[in-house]
Amino acid sequence: MSVTILQLVVSGVLLGALYALFASGLTLIWGMMNVVNFAHGDFVMLAMYTTFVVWKTLGLGPAASVPIAALLMATVGIVVYFALVRHVMRGPMIAQILGTFGLALFLRYAVFWYFGANFLSLPDNLVGGTFDLSGIRIPAARLLAGAVALLVTAGLHLLLTRTALGSRMLAVAEDQVAAQLMGIKPHQMQAVAWGLAAGATGIAGALIATFFYISPTVGETLVIVAFVTVSLGGFGNVPGALVAGLLIGVIESLSAYWIGPVYKDIVVYSLFVAVLWLRPQGLMGKT
Amino acid sequence: MAIKKVLTLFGALAMAGVMAAPGFAQSPVKIGAIYPLSGNAASAGESAKAALEVAMDVINNAHPELGDLTLAKGAGLPGLKGAKIEIVFADNQGTPAAGQNQALRLITEEKVHALVGAYQSGITLTASAIAEKYGIPFLSGESVAANLTERGFKWFFRTTPIASDIATTYMAFLKELKAGGRKVDSIAIVNENTEYGTSIAKVLREAAKESGFNIGIEIPYSANTTDVQSQVLQLKDKKPDVVIFVSYTSDAILYMKTMKAMDYKPPVVIGDNSGFSDAAFLTNVGSIAQGAINRSAWDIGKPGSVTYLINEMYKKKRGVDLDDTAGRAMQGLLVLADAINRAGSTEPAKIQAALKATDLKPNQLMMGFRGVKFDEKGNNTLAAALLIQIQGNRYVAVWPKASAAAPLLLPYKGW
Repeated sequence: MSVTILQLVVSGVLLGALYALFASGLTLIWGMMNVVNFAHGDFVMLAMYTTFVVWKTLGLGPAASVPIAALLMATVGIVVYFALVRHVMRGPMIAQILGTFGLALFLRYAVFWYFGANFLSLPDNLVGGTFDLSGIRIPAARLLAGAVALLVTAGLHLLLTRTALGSRMLAVAEDQVAAQLMGIKPHQMQAVAWGLAAGATGIAGALIATFFYISPTVGETLVIVAFVTVSLGGFGNVPGALVAGLLIGVIESLSAYWIGPVYKDIVVYSLFVAVLWLRPQGLMGKT
Repeated sequence: MAIKKVLTLFGALAMAGVMAAPGFAQSPVKIGAIYPLSGNAASAGESAKAALEVAMDVINNAHPELGDLTLAKGAGLPGLKGAKIEIVFADNQGTPAAGQNQALRLITEEKVHALVGAYQSGITLTASAIAEKYGIPFLSGESVAANLTERGFKWFFRTTPIASDIATTYMAFLKELKAGGRKVDSIAIVNENTEYGTSIAKVLREAAKESGFNIGIEIPYSANTTDVQSQVLQLKDKKPDVVIFVSYTSDAILYMKTMKAMDYKPPVVIGDNSGFSDAAFLTNVGSIAQGAINRSAWDIGKPGSVTYLINEMYKKKRGVDLDDTAGRAMQGLLVLADAINRAGSTEPAKIQAALKATDLKPNQLMMGFRGVKFDEKGNNTLAAALLIQIQGNRYVAVWPKASAAAPLLLPYKGW
């Protein structure tokens, strides 16, 4: 029985790492730059298809697909910023919402049209096997995704808090006019933020694809948890999203086992509401 | 002057009538088809769409090579002076509300003469309620939930085996396993929690009780879940002898991947159609689900046979073999077209009467039913299913022995 509980916690942590990884990038755009990117899930989906194509055409695994997807998605992010986001940001909030939502639908149905609705998977031995620690199973692909989630979080956090580039991005997010007066080019910084955020979704998608199915609607399935993860962790707090992701993963895992899978969302969302009630800024957000 | 005007008007009307009459007879029969063309079940929806297009080809063009199959020989519906059928596809988006709206739109705006669909039982439930209200025949070739035909509807028909037939088949199979010395002391049911999964689980529970089997665990879950690790751990803990999954495609894929990751192999795995029948299931996780048992009424058959030729037509469109679910959808449309043909009219009441009088023999069908004949509830009394098993990269018929193409392989092998 204790092995089962340990396994549930381990599985929950690995699931939480998946959520945190999926949410990385969203923290930057939504939490920092204050733009709600409804196409976030579909960016990850695009990265998953990229990974599939890299495997199918070149026969290469995540060692190649992670950098390829990251670069490709970073480019997509910058293009999306200049072609769409820059313009809709001048309008009211609703324009942002509808703009990125429209982008989400465009990406989803473009993939529907090109790849069809069929579910795809990478061969499950692409990231080798499962570790067995006296009865506790740890799939290598999920462990790798978890480790990278930590790295991406640490990287983004250090970038934002320890580098001049990070400070300039935060300055633009805080007060665009003042930042401009200090000689910072706001469009440039915003574009960098979009490039970084989308690049992170590229990494996330490439790794999630190694153990999850790939379909045009996969982003839609996972993105709600990503929004919850970011707001539970605290807007503008990159490590907060990681903590929140892990917390949600473990709670889901345990409550699905003890109370039943149909009820796990009730437990997670009750906690979510309770936290926001007591701490509207999120677990680790600044007041 | 006034009289002349009136006469001209009459003349014009008469001429319009004369011109319209033959045009009317030749105008196509419009059939609305509601399927999940987007959302999580879109891959199954695309398969059903391709299968219905093959059915349309079979009906509208001459296919003498398809033998006794209904409406294959000639072109169009002979009972309606060779009228062709036209399918108007509508996307149910995987939600009961969208399915209901589409049924309304197809009936009131597209003016369809009949409806087919809608894959998910929960959506067939709402869409057929609209058809009932407007008095338009609705034929479902694939939705199995028991209560669809327990509502006293007069316009709803289905050709598929339903939940109770399926439960009977599984129980007969398990009894035979038990008689053969296999341990069948506890059964687990893992079901998605909409109409389809809930209904099958309920009927299975009742059938198991009647047959003296013990349902040890029931795990309902939501089909668009992101994770199934806890469910698999629960099964691993309780060690049931038989696990029956009632799942759609994405969740079925997750279960197989997670069972491998957790190194869990129950002795007997039954996957109830839907997700396990989706062609994407075999291509994605077939290699790690060796020995999974499924129900089916579809068999591709020997080269040159009618079913083989139909499969070839389908493969040209979809790139993969026809699966049981899409096959049942196609059979449903063929049965509906046959009724419209016999009705010799597109009038709803005449189609309804013709459906009630349906009496098709096995040689007129593509699916392995014993025939098609509806009872007063609208269920096909001659529907049947056999069991198939994943062996290698395909499903083969394994039970009952009379229709088996390969021996049943147990215990479940997995990967």
